[in-house]
Amino acid sequence: MAERPLTGDIRPGEGPPRLTEYERRGGYAALKKALKQMDPAGVAEEVKRSGLRGRGGAGFPTGAKWSFVPMGTDAPEPKYLVANGDEMEPGTFKDRYLLEGNPHQLIEGMIIAAFAIQASVAFIFIREEYREACAALTRALAEAFAAGYLGGNILGSGFNLDMKLHVSAGRYMCGEETGLINALEGRRAVPRWKPPYPQTAGLWGKPTVVNNIETLCCVPHIVLKGAEYFKGLSRTGEGGTKLYGVSGKVKNPGCWELPMGTSIREILEEHAGGMMGGFKLKGLLPGGASTDFLLEEHLDVNMDFESVAKAGSRMGTGTIIVLDDRTCPVGFIHNLQKFFSRESCGWCTPCREGLAWVEKTLAAIEEGRGTREDIGILEFHVRLLAPGRTFCALAPGAMEPLGSGLKFFRDDFDRHISAPSCPWR
Amino acid sequence: MAIIYIENKPYQAPEGKNLLNACLSLGFNIPYFCWHPALGSVGACRQCAVKKYRDESDTRGQIVMSCMEQVAGGLRISIDDPEVREFRASIIEWLMANHPHDCPVCDEGGECHLQDMTVMAGHAYRRYRFKKRTYANQELGPFINHEMNRCIQCYRCVRFYRDYAGGRDLEVFSAHDHVYFGRHDHGTLESEFSGNLAEVCPTGVFTDKTLKKHYTRKWDLQSAASVCVHCGLGCNTLVAERYGSVRRILSRYNGAVNGYFLCDRGRFGYEFLSSAKRIRRAAKRNSASGAMEPADKKIILRSIKEIIAGGRVIGIGSPRASVESNFALRRLVGPDNFYSGMSAAEEELTALSIRIMKSGCASFPSLRETEKADAVFVLGEDVTNTAPMLALALRQSVKNRAAASLKKNRIPEWDNGSLCVIKDEEPGPLFVASLLPTRLDDAATRIFRGSPTQIARLGQAVAHAVNENLPAVSGLEQAVAKLAEEIARELTEASAPLVVSGAGCLSGPVMEAAANIAAALAAVNPRAGLFLALPESNSFGLGLLSGKPLDQAFQRAEKGEVRAAIILENDLYRRSEKKRVDRFREQCRHVIVLDFIDTATAAKAEIILPTAPFAEADGTLVNNEGRGQRFYRVMDPEEDCRPGWRMLAEIMEYAGIGDAGQWTTIDDIIAGLCAEEPELQGMREIAPPAEFRIYGQRVPRQPHRYSGRTAMKAHEDIHEHKPALDFDSPLTFSMEGFRSGPPPSLIPFYWSAGWNSVHALNKFQAEIGGPLRGGDPGIRMVGSSHKNFEYFKPAPVTPTPGGREYLLVPYFRIFGSEELSVLSPSIAGRIPGNLLLMNESDAKRIGAGNGSLVRVAVADAGASLAVKIDPGIPEGVAGYPAGMPGVEFMNLPAWGAITEGG
Ligand SMILES: Cc1cc2nc3c(=O)[nH]c(=O)nc-3n(C[C@H](O)[C@H](O)[C@H](O)COP(=O)(O)O)c2cc1C
Ligand code: SF4
Ligand code: SF4
Ligand code: SF4
Ligand code: FES
Repeated sequence: MAERPLTGDIRPGEGPPRLTEYERRGGYAALKKALKQMDPAGVAEEVKRSGLRGRGGAGFPTGAKWSFVPMGTDAPEPKYLVANGDEMEPGTFKDRYLLEGNPHQLIEGMIIAAFAIQASVAFIFIREEYREACAALTRALAEAFAAGYLGGNILGSGFNLDMKLHVSAGRYMCGEETGLINALEGRRAVPRWKPPYPQTAGLWGKPTVVNNIETLCCVPHIVLKGAEYFKGLSRTGEGGTKLYGVSGKVKNPGCWELPMGTSIREILEEHAGGMMGGFKLKGLLPGGASTDFLLEEHLDVNMDFESVAKAGSRMGTGTIIVLDDRTCPVGFIHNLQKFFSRESCGWCTPCREGLAWVEKTLAAIEEGRGTREDIGILEFHVRLLAPGRTFCALAPGAMEPLGSGLKFFRDDFDRHISAPSCPWR
Repeated sequence: MAIIYIENKPYQAPEGKNLLNACLSLGFNIPYFCWHPALGSVGACRQCAVKKYRDESDTRGQIVMSCMEQVAGGLRISIDDPEVREFRASIIEWLMANHPHDCPVCDEGGECHLQDMTVMAGHAYRRYRFKKRTYANQELGPFINHEMNRCIQCYRCVRFYRDYAGGRDLEVFSAHDHVYFGRHDHGTLESEFSGNLAEVCPTGVFTDKTLKKHYTRKWDLQSAASVCVHCGLGCNTLVAERYGSVRRILSRYNGAVNGYFLCDRGRFGYEFLSSAKRIRRAAKRNSASGAMEPADKKIILRSIKEIIAGGRVIGIGSPRASVESNFALRRLVGPDNFYSGMSAAEEELTALSIRIMKSGCASFPSLRETEKADAVFVLGEDVTNTAPMLALALRQSVKNRAAASLKKNRIPEWDNGSLCVIKDEEPGPLFVASLLPTRLDDAATRIFRGSPTQIARLGQAVAHAVNENLPAVSGLEQAVAKLAEEIARELTEASAPLVVSGAGCLSGPVMEAAANIAAALAAVNPRAGLFLALPESNSFGLGLLSGKPLDQAFQRAEKGEVRAAIILENDLYRRSEKKRVDRFREQCRHVIVLDFIDTATAAKAEIILPTAPFAEADGTLVNNEGRGQRFYRVMDPEEDCRPGWRMLAEIMEYAGIGDAGQWTTIDDIIAGLCAEEPELQGMREIAPPAEFRIYGQRVPRQPHRYSGRTAMKAHEDIHEHKPALDFDSPLTFSMEGFRSGPPPSLIPFYWSAGWNSVHALNKFQAEIGGPLRGGDPGIRMVGSSHKNFEYFKPAPVTPTPGGREYLLVPYFRIFGSEELSVLSPSIAGRIPGNLLLMNESDAKRIGAGNGSLVRVAVADAGASLAVKIDPGIPEGVAGYPAGMPGVEFMNLPAWGAITEGG
């Protein structure tokens, strides 16, 4: 079996490793290496060379992200690092697995990341529903502070880091990095305009890096074993392993750490066990609810950022949602739009009003009250709620399953309208 | 200036400016909602989209929000591109999805930015076929009406209320397509600037509740330029009337004074015009019954002629009467017999502030310029309550440090989102030294609380720290000395430091200390400013007429030298102790009162002549910074009412005094004034003379959409009434005349094709947010090109009396302390009780608690008041609700006794 650096130590059902156990398995060695043998620039350089791309959905190169943080003695103080554990993307549950399974790995990754950007305060931002993760993190943080991995003069290096767990009330928008920053400051979770980017003016106007949980969990392994090792874990040009997940009518839904670039077919058939009896694959969302549908013909696409983009979708969070032939695609998409329209923060017009309109229109079609014009209304929204026209990426993300759904399942929409009722009911 | 290309044509635009602002300033129409020139950009509504091209060869372009783009050389955009037009129309379609389709019954209708933008964006047909969202409305108090269904979620209200005006009790709640703008629960909006919501909100959510009480369609309002009469700042207003009653006040933009906004006293105080206290008929006391009886004006004029012929007549003017009226009175009685009508302290402080300004000791920024100060020290004023709009300006000044740090990071000043993130991180500096807690304390870096003497000493210590050649203050407590050092350091390091003081604690030494600091700063930094607030709308103008204080009139009466007093628009009971005013009344055989409201003074008059308040008169008021500003009547006075100066001219004509017979228009009076007071030549320049015409035409007070003209008086007479004539100004009471581009001081309302809301103002500004085309109205009457300032000597410390004496200091309230606005029912609803503010331990000492009745006594006066315990009040000090309705005058600050029991 391929190497699983991020999850190899996770034993579901046994609870996360305590500090001594984590150390016994080699934990905090990366931190020691970073603090004692490397300097911040060296750490950042190693991460850059590893080809690590952010696991939060957009796949932004992590090394590049860090490089925008002002460094040196005249850099603004304090600087912040934030671990994004909001994970509210429908169908996505990979960060939860890492949080519940091995909190020290995240903490170690965060300390190293904070060292690289010379942040003195770090926050773990986590949604309220992840109670088990919160409990595990709370315990792990206490252990790390007690052991001197956190606090002042860490391991005698002169590097100081305070780390706080923030349990948020949770909204989808709290996952968007600037919305998260607002929420962390106690403001409404609406996004902020960029520029300025968080790396130069984030939390309380100070330099801030927001990274996904999985991204940060990769960091200790890169530092300990080197960029080349990390690159070598992957089957494609993008470094590392990736936590993939599958939900829907498959035999064995779940989450697995696999080499980056594993094909969709392999994930679905070998790990998720293929479709449940009596169900056929109709389509799938490769990386959470805000990605475009792919079809059976795309099964051989490798799951990495570039390949999935080439196929016309996004790898997003890498967690696949399967649409089967016995589920109404209109109902499926309606359910997603209900989520998106409810989670719209209400800041910008197209998303706030548009998504609600889309949701009502889909409900009408699904309930047999649809009209021919409704399709035009839906297409109008897909066309207009484009990146740059709405304030943040939520609405364009919401349009991805709708736009591709209209393209691939147009007949099903039409049948709803002409019947007029849902053929699946 | 940069060259930008719009539809491939080159235009000049200021580099770094906001693109939306630049396009609007160039005369292009781009619809917008969330942007506001005073509130900056946040990019929320997505209405202002334009297409941006990388370069000449880029044909696809990219849709961007113009309010979030910066002007830079070579920028290429299209406003007309079909794709971006479709997008802008769609924004309206989305907004209209939930907006009611009932403009005809909406209070905003006809003056609605959403209506205008809908037409501009080109959305016409409704496709949304589902139920509209509805909300519950809130009861928000006497000023503002709430109708949430009309909300288009532009976020301007909360951005104004919270980020701009510092309010806390208006928020946005909930999320997605159900965001709600209101309070956490029903209740009166607490901010002193809540009325601006009616102008800031682009739709009919927040509207003027006082207008609603006697609603008139906006296009049916006749309006005129005016000046607020409710404090000394002289904010510019637009007064609107229908059927002879004033219906509402809007802010009249003045780039040097109030900018876009007004305070609630200024906006809602107007209701006093229709108060039951208004005097509209001439009246004379029946010598047999002692009752006041309406009398024919001719008869009254004859009586007055006889009284004047009897000699020993004095005139008492007023800081709430226009320059012209005060001058007419001075002419009537002669300069030797003219008294300003101000109390000794008011008179002294007014004269002092004029003297300081004439000395040229520092720069004297306009109200609007104070927003730009980057370090502020306030001495002795609770500005929110004495000069409200100054508080709003200072609330902007505390953001300048944050703005400067944005600038360092090359973030544009209009990026309001970024500013709001860091404005609380790097606030101020703003230092407030006051007698009692002030409403600005929450924005202050540091607060100092003390008696006038202590404030003056702190001020002198700051002056010494700025310039060590100035005398040091001996015996300062260490903490105070340290504070003085800190204030001095911040002021010295600032690029535009500002010292604020005024008549708020009725102390000369405090104002002198402020002048010393400003002068010391200005010696090294020419941008160092001094801003001195004065209490009333024409305090300064009256100060320029060199009258004598009221006390001297009393002394003359005491000597039997006064047979008759003519009192102009002044309630003497507000300016001196009741005992003394009563005695003065007894000593005068005849008292003639000219006023438009029935005051305690008028109640004792022998003769009353009704004058016309601001809405029915023309005149000039000089604000605290010496800016003379003209107000115009919006309608002719009714019944016997006449502008004070006209009434006085009539008296003079009847009594055959001087050449007053030739005073037929306001221009005649101004000419007379300029002849006598060469210093006041500026009066001629304030506004165009009455015979001014544009292409032979006058400027109409009525918009071209005005309706019902022929029918309005049909119940009286089926013939259309001839419009009233106006001999005093180039305005006309009609729809006919020349509309576009009158001189700024004459603009009666803002309207431009396609722009029916308050945003039509854009078309009247040279650059949006900057001065009006043709310059901001008003002329500064004093100024000094040379410095002849001599530092004030620190006042000696007055010994503190022993025993159970308290230092009684006045406190003022925006709603309650001003004579006219308290007669407005909406304002009356906001007046706090007449409370004596005390520290808890002091209250305990006399056995009082919250609400207990106590007796306050100073030398010449006494009062019974309920106690309010306020932890912010220093020990040994008590706050007296000066000037509040029903509260007796006391000459404060003074030492007095407080005893339990009324
Ligand atoms: C609507 C929305 C929701 C998001 N939710 C999450 C989330 O729950 N967790 C996450 O890590 N990133 C989320 N993101 C992406 C973040 O904005 C950000 O890109 C990410 O945290 C950066 O981390 P990375 O560089 O490590 O991927 C979301 C983005 C959007 C637009
Ligand atoms: S697209 Fe607009 S309304 Fe939607 S979540 Fe982003 S900012 Fe909020
Ligand atoms: S209430 Fe008015 S100002 Fe506030 S968000 Fe709604 S439309 Fe905008
Ligand atoms: S600040 Fe003064 S002048 Fe301005 S509106 Fe208020 S009361 Fe009137
Ligand atoms: S005005 Fe530009 S986005 Fe609202």
